[in-house]
Amino acid sequence: MKTLIRVGIAGYGAYVPMYRLKAAEVNRMWGTSGEPVEEKAVVALDEDTITIAVECARQAVKRSGVNPALIGAVYVGTESKPYAVKPSGTIVAEVIGATPSVSTADYEFACKAGTEAMQTCIGLVGSGMQKYAMGIGADTAQGKPMDALEYTAACGGAAYLFGPAEESVAELEASYSFVTDTPDFWRRPKEMYPRHGNRFTGEPAYFKHITGAGKALLAETGYKPADFKWAVFHQPNAKFPINVAKMLGFSMDQINPGLVSPVVGNTYAGSSPLGLAATLDIAEPGDKIFMVSYGSGSGSDAFVWKVREPIKQRRGGPKVKSYIERRKYVDYATYLRHRGQIIA
Amino acid sequence: MSVPRYWREEKPRYRLMGEECAKCGAKYYPKTPVCACGSTEFKPYKLAEMGKLKSWTVIRNAPVGYERFTPYVVALIELDDGVQILSQVVDVEPEAVKVGMKVEYAFRKVTEDGQAGLLQYGYKFRPVVD
Repeated sequence: MKTLIRVGIAGYGAYVPMYRLKAAEVNRMWGTSGEPVEEKAVVALDEDTITIAVECARQAVKRSGVNPALIGAVYVGTESKPYAVKPSGTIVAEVIGATPSVSTADYEFACKAGTEAMQTCIGLVGSGMQKYAMGIGADTAQGKPMDALEYTAACGGAAYLFGPAEESVAELEASYSFVTDTPDFWRRPKEMYPRHGNRFTGEPAYFKHITGAGKALLAETGYKPADFKWAVFHQPNAKFPINVAKMLGFSMDQINPGLVSPVVGNTYAGSSPLGLAATLDIAEPGDKIFMVSYGSGSGSDAFVWKVREPIKQRRGGPKVKSYIERRKYVDYATYLRHRGQIIA
Repeated sequence: MSVPRYWREEKPRYRLMGEECAKCGAKYYPKTPVCACGSTEFKPYKLAEMGKLKSWTVIRNAPVGYERFTPYVVALIELDDGVQILSQVVDVEPEAVKVGMKVEYAFRKVTEDGQAGLLQYGYKFRPVVD
């Protein structure tokens, strides 16, 4: 898919909460031995998806230099909305100063909700309906105690402010979306934790959709994996993105800068957007970045970005690495307290 | 806090918006009806988002609605524009807090109106992330 008007990223922001739970601590608790990631990010007592989205959005606006009153849309993709009914996006838009001439909504598509919000913003800017639009992926993902997801379900996010390509830090060359009804993961209303299909989440779900979207976008653009300096894939654990990169023909060198799941966990709707932010933190003008998200249910959004000269001036403030290195480990009981699972 | 009061105070609390006296330039947060110079004319003023910690205390017996956050730090902060503000300081252990510590704005949940009521957000401060 290509836009009528050239679109790019005017500014981006990312955030990872300070607290970490090691996989070893989960193993200590349950007498298990899993290690799909080394550790995962955990919210503070006063953080949730809205506060994470605001952190990301504020950094994106600050870096872009755009007058927030000109931002015509703020969409938050998440599967951990603090309210069942009340948009998160209104709060984000109010904090950054985008209200009242703005469209907001919350998007849900499991781990793909963030890139779904980004696609919508690209459409708005690419059609000329808005000059600037912000898509955010943020989550405080839920993992049931003793479930495999407890190791990985993490907290964090990233925000992308889209605007005219000629003033952007990275231009969108093309995108592609690939969706089927594949029920590999879900959460029913009023349930605290999601259910998943264990190994069913692999081949027919994650790998099929990422390779489906990735191959289609490569075919549509005529690019080969070697044409890209960097690549980012959805990161539900440390292993899947490495395997899917190999399946599509990308190397470890290409995915390393954006591979944050081993030390952050799976930030769900924030996952591939956070990986893209970590990649933009080190990218140089002219670099091409290949990105594919994945959301259970299921689908993938694939993007080709070309980094532009303004990147050098518009990545001030804390990098993704800064947030990753700012960490404090918590034990299992403290983790449960931070997640609101122990209430005095 | 009632829903209408929360709504009225959203912009000051979300965006750190104070007021500046139109006559003498004195800056206030929260806003005041009368300036020390006697003027009652003010214009909106965006406070600095960074500052230094001047003094602090640790709350261990919290008021209703804040119990789940204990122990937490409440500090007097001198912002880079000279305005002094009282705020919680987060992402730091109470024993690591020091006078002169550089802090910055952070957007956080302040309290919740029970299980079904409004989630109330606003500014707090944290050690500078760089």
